[in-house]
Amino acid sequence: MAKELMKGNEALAEAAIRAGCRFYSGYPITPQTEILEYLSWRMDEVGGTFVQTESELAGINMLLGAAAAGARALTSSAGPGFSLNQEGISYLVAADLPAVIIDVMRIGTGLGDIAQGQGDYWQLTRGGGHGDYRTIVLAPASVQENCDMMETAFDLAEKYRHPVLIASDAAIGQMAEGVNLPELREHNIDSFDWAVRGCRHGDAPRKIQNTYYTRPDYVEYLRDKYAAMDSEQRWESYMADDADVVLVAYGISSRVAKEAVNEARAEGFRLGLIRPITLWPFPNRAFEECKNAKAYMTVEINILGQMADDVRLAVRDTRPVDFYGTFFGLPESDVIVEKAKAMLEKEGK
Amino acid sequence: MKLKAPECVFSSAGFCPGCGHGLASRLVGETAEELNIVEKLVTVVDVACCSFNIDYWNFDTIMAAHGRDIPTAVGVKHVRPGCPVLAYMGDGAAYSIGMAETIHAALRNDPVTVIVINNSVFGMTGGQMAPTTLPGERTATSPKGKDPARYGTLSGVELLKGMDIAYLARAELVGVGGMAKAKRYIKKALEHQLNGDGFSLVELLSPCPTNLNLPPVKAKQFVHEEMTKYFPLGEFIDKGGDK
Repeated sequence: MAKELMKGNEALAEAAIRAGCRFYSGYPITPQTEILEYLSWRMDEVGGTFVQTESELAGINMLLGAAAAGARALTSSAGPGFSLNQEGISYLVAADLPAVIIDVMRIGTGLGDIAQGQGDYWQLTRGGGHGDYRTIVLAPASVQENCDMMETAFDLAEKYRHPVLIASDAAIGQMAEGVNLPELREHNIDSFDWAVRGCRHGDAPRKIQNTYYTRPDYVEYLRDKYAAMDSEQRWESYMADDADVVLVAYGISSRVAKEAVNEARAEGFRLGLIRPITLWPFPNRAFEECKNAKAYMTVEINILGQMADDVRLAVRDTRPVDFYGTFFGLPESDVIVEKAKAMLEKEGK
Repeated sequence: MKLKAPECVFSSAGFCPGCGHGLASRLVGETAEELNIVEKLVTVVDVACCSFNIDYWNFDTIMAAHGRDIPTAVGVKHVRPGCPVLAYMGDGAAYSIGMAETIHAALRNDPVTVIVINNSVFGMTGGQMAPTTLPGERTATSPKGKDPARYGTLSGVELLKGMDIAYLARAELVGVGGMAKAKRYIKKALEHQLNGDGFSLVELLSPCPTNLNLPPVKAKQFVHEEMTKYFPLGEFIDKGGDK
């Protein structure tokens, strides 16, 4: 099949449709609005539901109702809107409901700004709402991956009865690339017995609420669930096995980091890259193959180097971990190489 | 009211003596049986006192986040248009934290039925002031009485009167006449949903003896004599009806 040229956000939207998603509710905010615009007409074509809600709060809670009724339900947001989504994400987790929520990250705190950013890492990976939870987070690095991840996201959400987050960013969302789209599939809303549909006489009514109220084994159930989710670690290694310095980067930053690896290798400097595809569970296992690594450096579009702590944990603090963070601008490959060399020199002394 | 309790209502024993919730809960059950929708109805209940219904009703039920019952119900309705969907919440949910959700569901004329229990206070949290608290009414956060110069008294029904929705009514859960009207309004609201007419909302003025610090009979008097001054009773919108 011929490739199609699509914008990242539109590819996410079309891939959701093809993964059987027939319900979307959300609110406009840059840089994710193309998802909303695309689904406003595309849902009609496939007989699905699109609702532009009065706020992200209404959007995420409407999604919760749709998910409880058995649909493959989606919402998307960015920055301040994604913060408003947190209320509903916490409730989805509490009620064991599958759903997919996209965060097309923008830069900065508060209102921030609309340029690409990776400052939501902590919010995405630590359970951004109230309470005691985490969610699987998938981080696409290309428009093609936007297409490929959507069905995976719904499958994982249903496998664990747990919301799954997709961490895109303004650059991946706004760029256009050629993509192979997956086949169109339908989802049966009666696939799961727990989905509300009306209670037949003599049956026990279905209750969608905090599972704390309904599961005597609540604590063990959740510990087992999170332990099982840890097996979903996904990553891409790029010349990491023999590298002296290993970069760690996801999303748009990982593409610059890969370029830096190529530049470094061309001049004989053994640089490598681990690209987390799941931000949570963090791909700890990826670091086992970095037999030669003297130092690690994350490349991120944020000021505090949010992912560096996870790398320190993954390598158990056996090697130095630093970060190269940018704000507003993308990281530069030559700066990455320069900083990586400086780290190695410092280790050699 | 039938002498026999509806089969789809297990209990209402968790509500305080003299509370209106148990009555409303039963009326929803009776109505569902009369309309023969017990096996199709999906209910969405708010947190706090409203949430008890999840264990009292034999309906598939979702406990929503505070004030988000209406969008949650709308989400269910879009996925399962064949199911009547009823959202059950208090005045704090409908007119305070969920005001935007209430107004915008009405603006979209979303085809769900909303029951609002208005008792003039936040009940479960211990009787704090609500938008529906009457001027001068003493509550846990207006110990000297609600100061009308600082906090107005909001009638959500009046706000919705100008909207293009299917049904809008208010009754009091006091006395045989009040109960009969409350039940008729709930039934009409659900009938409008079954007919595909759009959004329907019934507000029920409800005694909360515990938080009004009144014995049950006096709490009913408060509803009947004081609350109705600010919250007039009746049917206000009845699309295609004889009103």
